[in-house]
Amino acid sequence: MREKLIEFRNVSFRYREEHPWVLKNCSFEIYEDESIAIIGHNGSGKSTIAKLINGLLFPQEGEILIAGKPVTEETIWDIRKDVGMVFQNPDNQFVGTTVQDDVAFGMENRGIPREEMIARIEESLTAVGMQDYHLTEPHRLSGGQKQRVAIAGVLAVSPKVLILDEATAMLDPKGRTEIMNTLNQVQEKNNLSLITITHDLHEVVQSDRVIVMNHGEIWDEATPREIFAKKHALREIGLDVPFVAILADELQVKGLALTKEPLNHEELLEELWTLHSTT
Amino acid sequence: MDITFNNVSYIYQENSPFAHKAIEDLNFHIPSGSFVAVIGHTGSGKSTLIQHLNGLAMPSRGEVTIGDFHLKAKEKPKNMRELRSKVGVVFQYPEHQLFEETVVKDIAFGPENFGVEKAVIEERIRDIIPAVGLSEDILERSPFDLSGGQMRRVAIAGVMAVQPEVLVLDEPTAGLDPRGQKEILQMFYELHKRQGLTTILVTHSMEDALKYADHVLIMNKGKKYMEGNPVEVFTQKDALHKVQLDVPESVAFLSKFEKRFKYSLPFKGQTVDEMAEDIRRVVQGGRIDE
Repeated sequence: MREKLIEFRNVSFRYREEHPWVLKNCSFEIYEDESIAIIGHNGSGKSTIAKLINGLLFPQEGEILIAGKPVTEETIWDIRKDVGMVFQNPDNQFVGTTVQDDVAFGMENRGIPREEMIARIEESLTAVGMQDYHLTEPHRLSGGQKQRVAIAGVLAVSPKVLILDEATAMLDPKGRTEIMNTLNQVQEKNNLSLITITHDLHEVVQSDRVIVMNHGEIWDEATPREIFAKKHALREIGLDVPFVAILADELQVKGLALTKEPLNHEELLEELWTLHSTT
Repeated sequence: MDITFNNVSYIYQENSPFAHKAIEDLNFHIPSGSFVAVIGHTGSGKSTLIQHLNGLAMPSRGEVTIGDFHLKAKEKPKNMRELRSKVGVVFQYPEHQLFEETVVKDIAFGPENFGVEKAVIEERIRDIIPAVGLSEDILERSPFDLSGGQMRRVAIAGVMAVQPEVLVLDEPTAGLDPRGQKEILQMFYELHKRQGLTTILVTHSMEDALKYADHVLIMNKGKKYMEGNPVEVFTQKDALHKVQLDVPESVAFLSKFEKRFKYSLPFKGQTVDEMAEDIRRVVQGGRIDE
């Protein structure tokens, strides 16, 4: 049985007493090594979840546990060692004057000895494919490269969970692909859970499990395949479904009996080929 | 307004060791009323290109013609102000440019600067508010109390209130959720048709280009790489892959289908429904003779 890493127990949150609830009675669990996508319309509470996990915000109701520890004013400094975050804007989170300074920043705050820091900088920059850029200044980097450095900075303090809050939203398609490939490699080599808050369907398809938020409530929680099978309902709450899911739907309407919800082109082609061969 | 680029080059910091050619020998013609998608990677020259459309950048070589306006190297036109009232630019994250106390003041700022009379501005605002999907009760609110999507609509209303004839959109849906993205693009498409605009959309989305544009311009390393109607351009998979651009998913799928079934099913701009019908026919057609 895998360890429970994050647990939300009946969590509700609002910014002020007279304001509406941003999260309403949310309960879910995230396990070690799991990769989770959180999707939902703007204002559905996705980012609030991320901020509650590392104690940037505290709930008015309910309880949040990280690796068994409740998140409180007293525990946040320990918890933040376990929870790394990368945000949307690559320019707002670059604090160093060079790539290696930026990666060192988090470790300096934690008083990690110099020798170890040097080793970890090398290691984490290699993990994100930026090992040739130690002394490069941020303005010489592309958006995708900056985000990879941000990920390296988080990895250097070896967290248990990495949260990406729309970290690819401001990147071009090339930058997005870079980040996706980086994350796949990082997750393979490290014991790490991954939480991706995103609108990008490719990121959703690659996750183990999806949490769908709608107006502050958990609307659904299932595998990408199960989620995308509910395409009409998803569209009603303002979300997108992948092209293959839409095409598969039209094919079903026209009488082609597909056996499962395809997640990519290859799966749909395979099904069509099987149908064709048995015709 | 017709837009023509005639051998246009733009060089940043010319005659210095840092000289850098952002656009090189660019030639194209956009007839009035077109909806054009400009596509290319970061650094391909897209942004420099659109800066030429309202004189924020002047060509280092060659000439840009927009309607009756001419932009040439070292020749600043006297009627630049008029050009800028005819060419509206919605920059990336336009909500970052909001600054006034109330929504109505922010929207009025543009037309006021171009000397439009107060009564006319009020009339235009009444007209533009529903067109951008806002309601009148937000007019007296601070733009900073609105949601991100609403703030963007206010910024767009400010551009539209000047009543431009050319609308330049630099990734107008970046950062919005899927519904917001669809709504904003649909809104621009309707404004485009209703007001007979010439629209230039800078985008990374091949799907959006396919859906809305009647002409596509692909930029690569400061040069025009491809140009044509969307179906024509997007069916050239190899050429696009060569500059690391993807084709729309529908085109990619059909091409894989053709390979697997060894059956010619070219993309001709079919809807998903039509495509499903084509596929069904082939799949249920029994064995295909090779």
